[in-house]
Amino acid sequence: MSESYEPVIVGFLCNWCSYRAADLAGTARLHYAPNMRPIRVMCSGRVEPDLVLKALREGADGVLIAGCHPGECHYVEGNLKALRRYVLLRRLLRQFGIEEARVQLVWASASEGTVLADAVNRMTEQLRALGPLRWRQTVLGGNGHQPEDTQASAASQPAMEEAVTP
Amino acid sequence: MSANGKPKFAMYWAASCGGCEIAVLNIGDKILAVDEAFDVAFWPCAADFKVRDVEGYPDGYIDLCLFNGAIRTSENEEMAHLLRRKSRVLVAFGSCAHEGCIPALANLTTADAIFDTVYQSSVSVDNPQRLRPQPVTRVAEGELRIPVFYERVKALDQVVPVDYIIPGCPPEPHQIWAVLEAIVTGATLPAPGGTIIGAGKVAVCEECPLEKHEKTIQRFYRPQEIVPEPGVCLLEQGIFCMGPATRSGCDARCPRVGMGCRGCYGPMDGVEDQGARMLAALASVVGVGSLRDEESELEHLIDAVMATLPDPAGTLYRFSMAHSLLERARPAAGVSP
Repeated sequence: MSESYEPVIVGFLCNWCSYRAADLAGTARLHYAPNMRPIRVMCSGRVEPDLVLKALREGADGVLIAGCHPGECHYVEGNLKALRRYVLLRRLLRQFGIEEARVQLVWASASEGTVLADAVNRMTEQLRALGPLRWRQTVLGGNGHQPEDTQASAASQPAMEEAVTP
Repeated sequence: MSANGKPKFAMYWAASCGGCEIAVLNIGDKILAVDEAFDVAFWPCAADFKVRDVEGYPDGYIDLCLFNGAIRTSENEEMAHLLRRKSRVLVAFGSCAHEGCIPALANLTTADAIFDTVYQSSVSVDNPQRLRPQPVTRVAEGELRIPVFYERVKALDQVVPVDYIIPGCPPEPHQIWAVLEAIVTGATLPAPGGTIIGAGKVAVCEECPLEKHEKTIQRFYRPQEIVPEPGVCLLEQGIFCMGPATRSGCDARCPRVGMGCRGCYGPMDGVEDQGARMLAALASVVGVGSLRDEESELEHLIDAVMATLPDPAGTLYRFSMAHSLLERARPAAGVSP
């Protein structure tokens, strides 16, 4: 599977700015990497760290959180909360050996379709260079313990990217 | 074993410190009631039984087994399987068996790195031949085997199914007694299947008597850097406290005496990852960075505050590493301090 590696990015896009930026990128027929799976959330401040960790654990190679520029949040300060979480999460992930490029936060307003498209393009290239994450298989599988989740079952369980990529 | 009809009791320690056994004795003279109600079938810390005694018991012979300690070696794992087979009710007792606790912090590093520290690089170690323990050694008489040291520490329920979990490091004596009393008097316990008993369902903050106001902190203080103002929420004062993400049941023992909650009761009901939940809570109490700041400056301002919290992984997952979403660090990557 390594020769056909396509990074999987889970994108959490805020309803009021970044999801509309993605919409704009689409209606403007911008060509950009198809690697992000967008998930619309009401606000970037709604993205709990659990969601990011779960995405990484379950097979994503990276997570992109996108919200309104500071000062433009529909809920006034939701994006500031997102930024505070992100900054601490980045420190935490470093200790888990997860490269900084794998989790990114960008601001993209409703009119900035190109900003979002550029961010996705840039991140896709960065993840391509870093290689797959495959947390379940490479980090949780094959650690010497005898029961279920050693290599045998990890190998029989398809990776998320294999299951999702057409 | 006497055939006196009493239910059989066992307690075992895997990768643990022994504090859980002390906690059981800490129920005071009620231990006599436990002795009266149960026949001890296996308890290496307190009574002289051997593993082969347990192996000789029929399956399901032990009525109640309190298993404390994490699964660190192949021996821990074998004992977990053995005691699961021999016990009708298996309880993950204490934080190590529940969610890995301090031993599972080793999941941030590798077995090799641990061996290097213990057998090589510590200043008090002299090991010119670079000897390491070997799982199998051949001698003239045959093969000698010692347990295999695993790469990753697991909680008990990641190795065998458990019926109940009693959280805490160690569990509070009044909570232990509440559970034992229920068993002794034949009261019905909740349905088994990894059910948490002997603890609350909500956050430690709910039990904490300290006064809480709106929190906007400018930095974190380590315990030695500040004398807490009595009666006021510690987190509000910048003292790290896991209360908002930790299960109640301990009566907020630590915050009551000015020490932030360390999080030993694990995540409360409905929370999967204690560290992530606490991270979200911390981000909400940091008051630095406002809309008046420059967009490019914001990140630096906030990062400077977060830098005053050293070792976030070890702090946020001090007790729950084995049950966290990521469970361990990527082996290739070292640990940054």
